[in-house]
Amino acid sequence: MRRQLLLKDINVPGIQSYDVYRRQGGYTAVEKALRGMSPEQVTEEVKLSGLRGRGGAGFPTGLKWTFIDRKSGKPVYLVCNADESEPGTFKDRYLLEHIPHLLIEGMILASYAIGANTAYIYMRGEFRWIFPILERAIAEAKAAGFLGSNILGSGFSLEIHVHPGGGAYICGEETALLESLEGKRGNPRLKPPYFPAVMGLYHCPTLVNNVETLATVPSIITMGGAEYARIGVGKSTGTKLISASGHINKPGVYEIELGLPVEEFIYSDEYCGGIWKGRQLKAVVAGGSSVPILPADLILKTAKGEPRLMTYESLAEGGFQTGTMLGSGGFIVMDETTCIVRNLWNFTRFYHHESCGQCSPCREGTGWMEKVLHRIEHGEGRPHDIDLLDDVAKKIEGKTICPLGDAAAWPVSSAIRHFREDFEYHIRYPEKVRNPKHFEIEPLVPRRHLATA
Amino acid sequence: MAKITIDGIETEVPDGTTILNAARQIGGAIVPPAMCYYTSLQQSGGKCRVCLVRVAQASARDPRPLPKLVASCSTPVQDGMIVENITSPDVLEARKGVVEFLLINHPLDCPICDQAGECDLQDLSYAHGLATTRYEEERRTFEPIDIGDKIKLHMTRCILCYRCTYVADQLTDERRHGVLNRGDRAEIGTYIQKAIDNDFSGNMIDVCPVGALTDRTFRFKSRVWFTRPLDAHRNCEKCCGKVVLWTKGEEVLRVTARKDKYGEVHEFICNECRFEHKNLSDWVVEGPRHIDRHSVISQNHYEKINLVALKKEIERQIQFQKGRTNGNNPNALTA
Ligand SMILES: Cc1cc2nc3c(=O)[nH]c(=O)nc-3n(C[C@H](O)[C@H](O)[C@H](O)COP(=O)(O)O)c2cc1C
Ligand code: SF4
Ligand code: SF4
Ligand code: FES
Repeated sequence: MRRQLLLKDINVPGIQSYDVYRRQGGYTAVEKALRGMSPEQVTEEVKLSGLRGRGGAGFPTGLKWTFIDRKSGKPVYLVCNADESEPGTFKDRYLLEHIPHLLIEGMILASYAIGANTAYIYMRGEFRWIFPILERAIAEAKAAGFLGSNILGSGFSLEIHVHPGGGAYICGEETALLESLEGKRGNPRLKPPYFPAVMGLYHCPTLVNNVETLATVPSIITMGGAEYARIGVGKSTGTKLISASGHINKPGVYEIELGLPVEEFIYSDEYCGGIWKGRQLKAVVAGGSSVPILPADLILKTAKGEPRLMTYESLAEGGFQTGTMLGSGGFIVMDETTCIVRNLWNFTRFYHHESCGQCSPCREGTGWMEKVLHRIEHGEGRPHDIDLLDDVAKKIEGKTICPLGDAAAWPVSSAIRHFREDFEYHIRYPEKVRNPKHFEIEPLVPRRHLATA
Repeated sequence: MAKITIDGIETEVPDGTTILNAARQIGGAIVPPAMCYYTSLQQSGGKCRVCLVRVAQASARDPRPLPKLVASCSTPVQDGMIVENITSPDVLEARKGVVEFLLINHPLDCPICDQAGECDLQDLSYAHGLATTRYEEERRTFEPIDIGDKIKLHMTRCILCYRCTYVADQLTDERRHGVLNRGDRAEIGTYIQKAIDNDFSGNMIDVCPVGALTDRTFRFKSRVWFTRPLDAHRNCEKCCGKVVLWTKGEEVLRVTARKDKYGEVHEFICNECRFEHKNLSDWVVEGPRHIDRHSVISQNHYEKINLVALKKEIERQIQFQKGRTNGNNPNALTA
């Protein structure tokens, strides 16, 4: 039986509004916590739940909350990261737009746990139409006494502000986000010394959590951390939103119990409903554009031949040689007619466009890779370009200030690792690839075009 | 105090010292290069990545290596830390990569660049770069712009070290200078085309490691290695008044602040000293400036010319040339 915690009420008419949300049992977690639990107990439940950050890195949430320095004498802030801009990821938007009170409820609980009286929602600039939805929800919650001063007579006060960003992907990186929130250019900060938990917003202790992470907290408080931890497999507990896109019959946002086999997710009618147009699966990018791409055989089964599961651990099985990452849950499916080079060029163009430009390897390397990929895809590749690309990616990976450099390098390295034939084909048949639909017209037959065969 | 070993050399430094500064205390070949870090500018460093080093042991308490190379300019030492710089092939490979990245969009217009001869990027590429380029794409270009009547910005040469923006932030009272746009389209901008016109803005020229910001009053007057640098000072109400005069005969071609052997200024000078006093008589000359750096200007060690050695060298050269033409000198070059 699959359980839904985040999306169970999403189709209830009017769930956007406070009244309907409340009627469905909303804000009872806040009542439970503020009336009967200490902040430490709230944190303890989140720790017990095994919840891991849903923004991409999968860091244990409860543990992160305990890092907040509550004795510094400075104000403590909660910042909700709603900058969702990773290509292939569109789950936070779904929650923000359709069930905003779930996030607000989660933010009240998190703020209570860490002792924050001011919280911000930093929202991606392009989500302009969601801004009034959130503002209205905040006003409703305030009118109902769940925000403002002395909430439910507990002595705890909280204000939430929405801050729209300028539409930069890099402002989703937590330290760049804080710079931007302070009104500065969104350049990532150096860690150390700027760990948000110690030197965050205005150099005060700050907790940054993803929308989905925070929206999960009410369920944890309601059902208890231990109960939540019973969903899922091993260290991948609970449910996770997956943004499914690409060549599948039923794209959309799905809430899955972690531990679901990838094969079931792709082919069952309950989820993606199989590959469209009756075609074959070629590749999957399982966790948003930044994670390594895997070919069909390796996404369905690990290199050891075990079924691959939708968990942090199973997707990472085999390291980068044969595995990938769950990331933010942006699940991009590609059928047999997909050109991996074209897709990679598109991703790389994104990273080139979004690099903040602070550090040399990412600033210069992303543009270089994009130009080389553009050439290869347009029939102007040279045989040494493939190794050159691989080497440029290596010279970026692990050498930058923030993980955007890695995020730009991993897709390149993995595409070359698993789909070298696609690249070689482009270099051998420049006149064929000049038509952007080349693999639709004449699908690449594996191993026939290997220059080195 | 923390004990730290860099490339096998042990030293002890106060807690909180960065790896780079610990290495500078040791000195010599094990000092990582630095293109963006600048001691006297707060928040500088961490950006260019040429100073990356490998931490083979994080501390005495935690003897594990750090998973990634770290920027030595912004990583504080820990007691018992073991660092590898020139002894790590990974570091040298990464540095070669960074130098390549810094050069792919650089115009390599050294023959017409006023910074040539005292350029950190030239020195760095000489020491760590490749002799050829793997970059076949078009380079990014910008038009040069005047920042006021004294400073020229060649954005094509900029390596985005951000030092000049920290000068604008930390030394001048009205900030009109910063970075616009992002990625490799980022450029140094003077907001709303405002000229930078305040007392300490000229220091941007000195902190710029490349020829992106140059002194318009010195433009194309002379190659720097043909000038004679002199230490000099004057009584100045606004700044320390301690400068270097770059002279030719009696003429003062350029005035700059004094840089240490890592190319850093510790006492900034005001624009009046820099731009308004181009007469030798305005200054008390202390003597020849000693240039530490390995660059073409330091080849003119005229400040302590050893006449005997020089005569010997000239003699040797003459003999050598003779031998070549006679064809009987064992030192002669074989064609
Ligand atoms: C380039 C880059 C972009 C990111 N974008 C987002 C984002 O849009 N939303 C998000 O929640 N986290 C994003 N992250 C991750 C955040 O830095 C941070 O880890 C996260 O917000 C922490 O929340 P969590 O622990 O709840 O996952 C991004 C990270 C990087 C390096
Ligand atoms: S890795 Fe890229 S995005 Fe991150 S700080 Fe460096 S230049 Fe900016
Ligand atoms: S202009 Fe010079 S000092 Fe300013 S960022 Fe560019 S290279 Fe650095
Ligand atoms: S000097 Fe350390 S990163 Fe530039």
